[in-house]
Amino acid sequence: MEKEFLEHGLSLNRRKFLSRLSLGLGSAALGSLLIPDLFSGKSEAEDAIMAALPHFAPKAKRVIYLFQNGAPSQLESFDYKPLLQKNYGMDLPESIRMGQRLTGMTAGQDKFPLVGSYYDFNQYGESRAWISSIFPYTAKVVDDICIIKSMHTEAINHDPALTFFQTGAQVGNRPSMGSWLSYGLGSENNNLPAFCVLLSRGRGNGQGVYSKLWSNGFLDATHQGVQFSNSEDPVLYLRDPHSMSRNERRKMLDHIAAMNDLSFKEFNDPAITAKVQQYEMAFRMQTAVPEITDVSKEPDSIVKLYGPDCLVPGTYAANCLLARKLSESGVRFVQLYHQGWDQHDNLPSQMAMQAKDVDQASAALITDLKQRGLLDETLVIWGGEFGRTNYCQGKITLENYGRDHHPRAFSIWMAGGGVKSGMVYGETDEFGYNITENPVHVHDFQATILHLMGIDHERLTYKHLGRRYRLTDVSGHVVKDILV
Amino acid sequence: MFNLLFQNNPIQLLKLSAKYSFYTLLLTGLFGWGCTGTTSNSPELVAVDQISYNFHIRPILSDKCFACHGPDANKREAGLRLDTETGAFEALKENPGKFALVAGDPNASEVYHRITSEDPSEQMPPPESNLKLLDSEIELIKKWIEQGAAYEPHWAFVKPEKKQIPETSDWARNEIDHFTWKKMKEKGLEPNPEAEDYELIKRASLDLTGLPPSPEILERYQGFEGENTYEDLLNNLLSEQSFGEKLAILWLDISRYSDSYGYQDDNIRTQWPYRDWLIHAFNNNLSYDQFITWQLAGDLLPNPTKETILATAFNRNHKYTEEGGVIDEEYRIEYVLDKTNTFSTGVLGITMECAQCHDHKYDPFSQKEYFELFAFFNNSREKGFEGDVSISKPAKTPILWVEQEDLGGILDFINHSDTTKLSISVMGELDEQEARTTYILDRGVYDAPTDPVNPSTPASILEFSDDLPKNRLGLAQWATNKDNPLTARVFVNLIWQEIFGTGIVKSAGDFGMQGDLPSHPELLDWLAVDFMENGWDIKRLLKQILSSATYRQSAQITDRHLKTDPENVYLARAPRLRLPAENIQDLVLASSGLLVQKVGGPSVKPYQPDGIWEAATSGRGELAKYEQDTGESLYRRGIYNFIKLTVPPPKAIIFDASNRDRCEVGRGRTNTPLQALVMLNDPMVLEAARVLASELNDKHSDAEAAIEEAFKRILCRPMKASEASLISDYLEDQLERFESEPETIQPTLDVGEYPLREEDINPRTAALMQVIVSLYNLEETITKI
Repeated sequence: MEKEFLEHGLSLNRRKFLSRLSLGLGSAALGSLLIPDLFSGKSEAEDAIMAALPHFAPKAKRVIYLFQNGAPSQLESFDYKPLLQKNYGMDLPESIRMGQRLTGMTAGQDKFPLVGSYYDFNQYGESRAWISSIFPYTAKVVDDICIIKSMHTEAINHDPALTFFQTGAQVGNRPSMGSWLSYGLGSENNNLPAFCVLLSRGRGNGQGVYSKLWSNGFLDATHQGVQFSNSEDPVLYLRDPHSMSRNERRKMLDHIAAMNDLSFKEFNDPAITAKVQQYEMAFRMQTAVPEITDVSKEPDSIVKLYGPDCLVPGTYAANCLLARKLSESGVRFVQLYHQGWDQHDNLPSQMAMQAKDVDQASAALITDLKQRGLLDETLVIWGGEFGRTNYCQGKITLENYGRDHHPRAFSIWMAGGGVKSGMVYGETDEFGYNITENPVHVHDFQATILHLMGIDHERLTYKHLGRRYRLTDVSGHVVKDILV
Repeated sequence: MFNLLFQNNPIQLLKLSAKYSFYTLLLTGLFGWGCTGTTSNSPELVAVDQISYNFHIRPILSDKCFACHGPDANKREAGLRLDTETGAFEALKENPGKFALVAGDPNASEVYHRITSEDPSEQMPPPESNLKLLDSEIELIKKWIEQGAAYEPHWAFVKPEKKQIPETSDWARNEIDHFTWKKMKEKGLEPNPEAEDYELIKRASLDLTGLPPSPEILERYQGFEGENTYEDLLNNLLSEQSFGEKLAILWLDISRYSDSYGYQDDNIRTQWPYRDWLIHAFNNNLSYDQFITWQLAGDLLPNPTKETILATAFNRNHKYTEEGGVIDEEYRIEYVLDKTNTFSTGVLGITMECAQCHDHKYDPFSQKEYFELFAFFNNSREKGFEGDVSISKPAKTPILWVEQEDLGGILDFINHSDTTKLSISVMGELDEQEARTTYILDRGVYDAPTDPVNPSTPASILEFSDDLPKNRLGLAQWATNKDNPLTARVFVNLIWQEIFGTGIVKSAGDFGMQGDLPSHPELLDWLAVDFMENGWDIKRLLKQILSSATYRQSAQITDRHLKTDPENVYLARAPRLRLPAENIQDLVLASSGLLVQKVGGPSVKPYQPDGIWEAATSGRGELAKYEQDTGESLYRRGIYNFIKLTVPPPKAIIFDASNRDRCEVGRGRTNTPLQALVMLNDPMVLEAARVLASELNDKHSDAEAAIEEAFKRILCRPMKASEASLISDYLEDQLERFESEPETIQPTLDVGEYPLREEDINPRTAALMQVIVSLYNLEETITKI
C-alpha cells in the first residue's frame, strides 16, 4: 500500500531532487525518523562520543518500561513480611526508622502502627519467589523475570521521584532515559519514532504524569518521546482531513516539493532539502503508525493472552499489546505510564483493582515476546517511583489501611534483554523497611539498563552549559549480579 | 564496528562523514586560525604563531583538566591547581623537586610529560576519566609552554573596552561592519550582495514585530524611495505595539513564564499581568539597567510603585508544588535556588548552579559564593507550601493586588476587562527582625546547613562594594554597574542571537571557562560598551544591528560558504532561520486576515488536539480538562497561548519552544516530520487557508490574481513565473478534483469555527484553499530569509 503511493509519487523530478544531497544523505538518512540537522555544528568531541557507540555488544536492543505511576506497595506485591502481620498495630521502632524523614502526610502522626499485607502470599516457580495473591498472572511467569527487592531512591514525593527515575535528577530539565537512548543509539525503524510514550489510568488514587518525563531536555528535540494517544490521531496531527485521499496528499506533497526545489535553486540551502525529506517521512508515518496501532487483526490467541481490554484503546492492556508491536517494529524505547498506584488509604480495595488492570497484560507481554523469540533482545521493566511505608497512614483497621511513601526499600522486576530469569535479588529486614543486602540505587538501575543496551553509562555524555551531563549524574554502578 | 554503527545510527555516520570533509579542509590549510566559537579546541589552531592562553589553552585545560585540578578544593587531585598561575608554577606537593609548568621548557614541565605519557598510571587525563587530548591540543600546550606559559584572566570577567575600530572597506554602513568585514577577509570570504528590498522588509518586520509585512507595506517601501527609507521602516516597526510582543518571547523564556504552577496537580495561576508589563516595558523602551533593576528589586526601590513591584514577578514565575505532604522548607529552598539560577543564567550568563553542591569545577565560583548570591533571594516572605490543590489560589504570598483604580492609572497597560481584583505573585521581604540567616547547604541539600553567609557576589566577576545595600537592590546595582563585565555583554549577545540565530558567544548562557569563545570578541565588547554608553537603550541597539551592512546581506548560500563556513560563523551572508513557534502562528493568522491584534490580557486556549491534558492529569484542579476558547481568542498571537507546565502546548514543543520548566536563553531549531504533520493538518492552518481563499475569491474574479495576492500575503514577495506556472497547474488539478468529487467540497472547507458561508461551498474556494495550504507548507514561508 505504502510502497504503491511512494512509487506513484516518485516522479523523476522529485527523485532527482531527493538525491541531490551533497552528503549522500539519500536512503541512509531515512534510517532515523527524525533527521537531526546535519549542519547544527556538532563538536568534534561529540562526534567522538557517538563514534564510540555502542561501547560493547548490547544484550538488549530495545526497552519496554511499564511504569507503575504512584508507587505500588512492595508489601502487597513482592516483598512478603509475615512479621508485619504478626505485629499488627505495633509502633514502628525507632531502631528501624533511624531518622528517616517523612512526608507531610504522616509527619504529624503520633504513632506509626505496623500493618501487614491484606492479601496472602505464596511461593512460585523454580525460584520459589513470594508473590501476593493479587498478581496471579505474574506468578505464572515468575521464572522469566528477575525481582529486585532492594531498590531505593532519594525522593519522597511523586514529582521529584518520578523525574529522578526518568531523568537521573529530581529537578531540572534533563533528558529522559528514552531520549538518551535515542541520542546514543538512534532508531531501528524508518517510519516510527525511536522513543514512544503510552499513557493509561487505573481506578486507584492517581497522580498526574507530565510531558517533562519524556522530554529531550537539552538534547536535540529530535530525541523527545512521541506520545501516542487513543484518539483518532494516534500521533498528534497524523491524520489527514477526512476528505483528503492518500493520492491527493501525495499530489500536494509533490507540488510542495517542486516549489521548494525552486527555492533550493535560488538559495542553495541544504535545510530546504532536509525539509522535503521530513515531509516524505511524515507521509510514510501516516501509513505506518495506523497499521501499528490497529489491533483489529490480532488473532484470538493474542486477545486471550492480554485479556479483552487489549481491544479497548487507551487501557493498560491495549498499551501493552501496542508496546509489543512498536517494539517488534524496532522502536528503541517504549515507555508506558499507568496511573493510580498511590494508596494512602483504602489500600486493600484499590490495590486489588490496580493489580487486576495490569497483572494479566504485563505477564502476557513477557509470554508474547518469548513466543516470538524477542524476549532475549527486549528488556522489560515493571515498577514505580518508590515504595510504601510498613506502617499505616491514617485510620487502621483489620480490613482497611493506607500506606505513605517510602524511599528506602521497594520492589521492581525486570525481564529479558540480558537479565537473569527466575531470580530474586536483594533483601530487606523483617520489617520491610531497610535493605539488608544488595541495595540497588536508581542510578545503579539506570547504569544497568544502559549497560544492557551496550552503553557505558559514564561515557554517554552530552556537554551542555559547560558541563558534561549523563543519565546517571555522577554515580551509578552496573548491577552485575543480575546479568546473564 | 563500522557496520554496527551504520545499522544502528546512520545519521551519526553521516555526521561523521560530513565532519570528516570539514576536517580534511582544515588540514589542507584553507583555514587560518581563529576562535570559531564552535570548535574552540579544533586542530585548526595549530597553525597559529602566538599562543593565547584565553583563546587556545584555557579551553583545553578547562575541559580536560580543571575538573580535578581546578577551582573545586574538595576534589583537587594531588593538591595541584592549573586554573591559577600561582598554583601551576608551584613546586608539586607530591614531588617537590618537580613543577607542573616550567616556562619555556616543555620537557621539564610535568604537565607535558604526563599528557604525552603512554603509561596508564601516569597518563593525563587518566584513562578512567574518558577524556582524551587531541594531538593538536598537545602540540598547542607544548608551544604555549615554549613561549613562556603565560596566563591571562578569563576574557569574560574582564571589563569590556572599546578597541580601535578597524577601518576596512566602504562596504561598511556602521561600526559593526568593520569588525565583521575584517573577520570575513581573514577567512577568505566576501560579503554577499545586499538582499532584495522585499526580503529586507520581511526580514526586518519579522525581527522587530514577529509579523509578516502586509502587501501595502511591501508596496510602500519597495525601492526605499523618497521618505520611505529603510530607516523609516525600522523606526515604524520599532514603534509598533507588536514590537513588545516579539521581544517579550525572549524574556518569557528567560523568566520561565507559564500559566500554571507546575508539579503534578499543576493548577492555574495568574502571572499574565507580568507578561503585559514586559510588553509594555519593551514598547516604552525602558532602559535595560532599569528593566533589570525593577525585576530584581522593584519592591525595594526608594519609592516603589505597583508597576515596579509587578516587575518583580520575574522572581516568582517558577514552579510551585501543591503536592500534599511535601516538606515546606525543601521546596522553599528549591524556589530560592531557581531564583538564583535564573538570575545567574539570564542576566549574568554564568552557570552558577554548578556551585550549588560543591565548588564550581571550571569557573572561579566557590560553593560559599553560590550561597552568598542565594542569600539575596532568601528573605522573601514566601512559603514552600501553602496547601494542596484543593485550596489553590491564583497567586501565592507575597501578593500584589491590582484594583480597578490601578488599571485606570499606573497599571493601565494591564489588559483586564472585568471588574475583579487581580492577584499576582511578587517579591516582598521579611522584616529585619524575622530575617533569615542563610547557610551554606552541604551538597546543596535543604536540611544540611553548615556555615552562615552574608549576601555577596562572586569576587572574580566584580567585588560587591560595601556602599551597596546588602539586598536585591544592591544586587541590581552591582549587576548594572558599568564595571560589571558580564551584564551588557550577555544582553547584547542575546539580542545578536535573536537576529542572527547564534550569538557572538554561541553558548549564550555560559560565558565561563567552558563556554564558547566569542567569534568576534572586539565586536562584542564594542557593542556592550556602546550599549552602556548610550543609556542601555534596547531599541537603539536593535536599530544599530538592523542598519548594518552585515544584516542587510542576501541569504544566498554559495558552495564556498558551505565549504568554508557552513555554520555562518563569519556572517558573509544573512542566515536563513526557521521562525519560532509563536511567530509561525502569527504568520498564518496575519496573512489570512484572521489575526486579532489585541495586546495583552489573560492567556488563551486555541485549537488543540483532544485529550492531551486529560491523558496526563491527576484529575484535580482547574486544568484537568482543556476547555478550548471560542471567537477572538482563537486568533490571538502565539505569545498569548496558555502554557500549562506539565503539558505545554504541543505545537510549540514540536517547533522547539521552551517548555518553560527552567530559565532558558536560546531555543533549538530542529526539522522533524512532526512539524510537517502540524503544518499539513493543524485546523488553525486549514481554517486560515479556507478563510483566505474565500476572501480572495470574493475579491478577484480572476484565479491568477487571487493566487498572486495569496502568494504575496504569505511569502511577502512577488511570485516568479516558474512558481506561477506550478501553482496554476496545481490549482487546475484541484479544480478538476472538486468538480468531479463535489461531495468532498463541504467537508474540506468545514474546518475551524470561523463561519463558513453557503456561497463559499464551491470548487473554486476548495481548490484555492488547497493551493494556500501548500503555500503555508513551503519551507520559505516559515523561514526568515
